[in-house]
Amino acid sequence: MEIKKEQNGSALTIKVIGRLDATSAPELSKELTTALEGVTDLTFDFAELKYIASAGLRVLLVAQKRMNKQGSMKLINVSEAVMEVLDMTGFASLMTIA
Amino acid sequence: MEKITVEAVLENLQTVIDFATEHLEARDCSMKIIMQVELVVEEIFVNIATYAYCPETGAATFCMEFEENPNAVLMTFIDSGKPYNPLEKADPDTELAIEERDVGGLGIFLVKKNVDEITYEYADGKNILRMKKFF
Repeated sequence: MEIKKEQNGSALTIKVIGRLDATSAPELSKELTTALEGVTDLTFDFAELKYIASAGLRVLLVAQKRMNKQGSMKLINVSEAVMEVLDMTGFASLMTIA
Repeated sequence: MEKITVEAVLENLQTVIDFATEHLEARDCSMKIIMQVELVVEEIFVNIATYAYCPETGAATFCMEFEENPNAVLMTFIDSGKPYNPLEKADPDTELAIEERDVGGLGIFLVKKNVDEITYEYADGKNILRMKKFF
């Protein structure tokens, strides 16, 4: 997995590339702990995210709960494979997917 | 029957996933089926790696068998860790609002959603989880 960040004031876009699985999710989680400070507009760009497992969903859930307190969060460019997992778990209705 | 035994640690997750993918690709399974099996294999293996032998480590065995007419893959995970039936874990309520959603229980829920049959047995000191998926 690779993480690319693009910050524009209080807006942050995080591009997650590759696989968000049990081995890579802790890295994203750690990154978010500090990266979200002062962020009011968070976007996850999943254009190059090929796979997500429950460990990745947990990171998204924690991020969503945090952003509900300090601003908003959305997912963009979600692939069919990742969307299937979001649908299956009810996450699709918990998050803004553009 | 195809079989792989590894030490149940997260570092071996990719090895087990690659093993599964390779055998499914050899049978021309669709990308969708492969992704669903990867998810199943990951969730079960991670559970074993995280809990079965904690705080020690031990072995996990993964077997695949194929059936024809209709096409199906039979997958079995075996470990000698603490007795644990993942099927007893309650499903998360996928209708709950975000603040009430818990981060637990999602893994085994995804497994159940992505296989057609699943059974658990504890025998001879081993946890045996058998799954069947049509493709």
